[in-house]
Amino acid sequence: MSLQEFFAMGGYAFYVWTSYGICFVVLLANIVLPIVQRRQFLRQLAHKQQRQNL
Amino acid sequence: MSLTHAFFAILRRDLILALRRRSEIANPLLFFVLVITLFPLGIGARPQLLQAIAPGIIWVSALLAAMLSLDSLFRSDFDDGSLEQILLSSHPISVLILGKIVAHWLVTGLPLILIAPLLAVFLGMPQPAIGVLLLTLLLGTPVLSLIGAIGVALTVGLRRGGMILSLLVLPLYVPVLIFAGNAVEMAGNGLPVTAQINILIAILLLTLVLAPWPTAAALKMSMS
Amino acid sequence: MKFIPDPVGRFFHRMASPPHFYALTETLMPWLTAIFLIFLALGLYGGLYLAPPDYQQGDSYRIIYIHVPSAWMSLFIYVVMAMAGAIGLIWRIKLAEIVAISSASIGASFTFIALVTGSLWGKPMWGTWWVWDARLTSELILLFLYLGVIGLYNAIDDKRTASKAVAILALVGVVNIPIIHYSVEWWNTLHQGPTVTKMDKPSIHVSMLVPLLLMAIAFKFYYVIAMLQRARLELLQRERTASWVKKMLMEQQL
Repeated sequence: MSLQEFFAMGGYAFYVWTSYGICFVVLLANIVLPIVQRRQFLRQLAHKQQRQNL
Repeated sequence: MSLTHAFFAILRRDLILALRRRSEIANPLLFFVLVITLFPLGIGARPQLLQAIAPGIIWVSALLAAMLSLDSLFRSDFDDGSLEQILLSSHPISVLILGKIVAHWLVTGLPLILIAPLLAVFLGMPQPAIGVLLLTLLLGTPVLSLIGAIGVALTVGLRRGGMILSLLVLPLYVPVLIFAGNAVEMAGNGLPVTAQINILIAILLLTLVLAPWPTAAALKMSMS
Repeated sequence: MKFIPDPVGRFFHRMASPPHFYALTETLMPWLTAIFLIFLALGLYGGLYLAPPDYQQGDSYRIIYIHVPSAWMSLFIYVVMAMAGAIGLIWRIKLAEIVAISSASIGASFTFIALVTGSLWGKPMWGTWWVWDARLTSELILLFLYLGVIGLYNAIDDKRTASKAVAILALVGVVNIPIIHYSVEWWNTLHQGPTVTKMDKPSIHVSMLVPLLLMAIAFKFYYVIAMLQRARLELLQRERTASWVKKMLMEQQL
């Protein structure tokens, strides 16, 4: 099976790859968002603490 | 005071209070009638079409009317502090709460059943279906009050609880809607409906036993 | 607590202590991610490349490798959420409350994925984007249940009270889900009649089944990873004034 055939998915490329794409984006967002938010939150807390220590 | 006494005392008190505020009874009822009147205006008054969708319309409207009336279940008692008194009682709270729910159903659910035959005639529902409609409403609307009580108990302490109440309660109403609506439709086609009615009875008994517990727990949570 | 032997009880209390949990999840994360990626790679390779096309549906059936595991996860996570909520409600364990609410958004995401992929699968099969098929309808109602949980949590300001509310709602939901599921299925058979429900498992061959199970395992690991990430955030937000958070920040600055 050639790479082109693989991506064509027997004519169902749009449906198959859209499904996998949406799934990937949603699942990735669920991991990345909490990490980013946590980093931000930690930075905020650190700033606050520094100000209090001064 | 025995538990039965306490139960009926709460029931009586709530009924008396409700009769003083008649608009609270009238509003959901008017809503029910209005929504059903809007359907023929919106989709055209072809008798066959109306007849086909009548069971669904009546039941969906009943669902919405029941949901609309829920807020009055605990609102005034929560605001004036008498709910706190009930929760402090030495009796099992779930039974006392059940008294409130029964009272609420008597003033909001029962009127829907009384007006339903008129609306069924409006929509051209066949004779045998009307009887089944009343039976399903009689079995179904208490379930709506019981499940709805959980939702109100969870949101009564919130400033904008009304917004979220529908999201909490309506998905849980789905089984009642399906079985009741289907029973009426089947009856209209002259088919037997014992299965649906039996399931509705089972759902009613199940919620009657189970629903007061989470309601009581949620009220305690809302008061804290 | 009588039925639980003392060492076990101590173990759980230690595990459930916030600083320990925070540190433990940090060390576990690379391992969990590695296992997840291995299963994901194997599942995708088997599902998209090795498995033969279905004789009826062609290659479009390959959507089941994310649709079906997502649908499984959506139910599984709801049950986990209700159980964690019950544990938090009964034993007042903070961590259980956090696990419960951290699960909600992931469960909602899986429900959403199951709906969208189901619709994308249905289009070539049925010719329309949406059919009131039993499984899709149940998933839709499940999505509403999840949104209710998330909405209720966000509506209550005090997060410990909100956790209690969410636990009660999740328990009510978990009792209702089988009833809803059964009623929808029953409704579906009545109204749709014997129309094509190709959503049911296509005559499944081993080479198709193995990738499906691999994907299901991968999704389970994904859930643990995503849930822990959200739980870490949630934990920090709730414990912002606790001494262990301050200590950790001090150490990071040095």
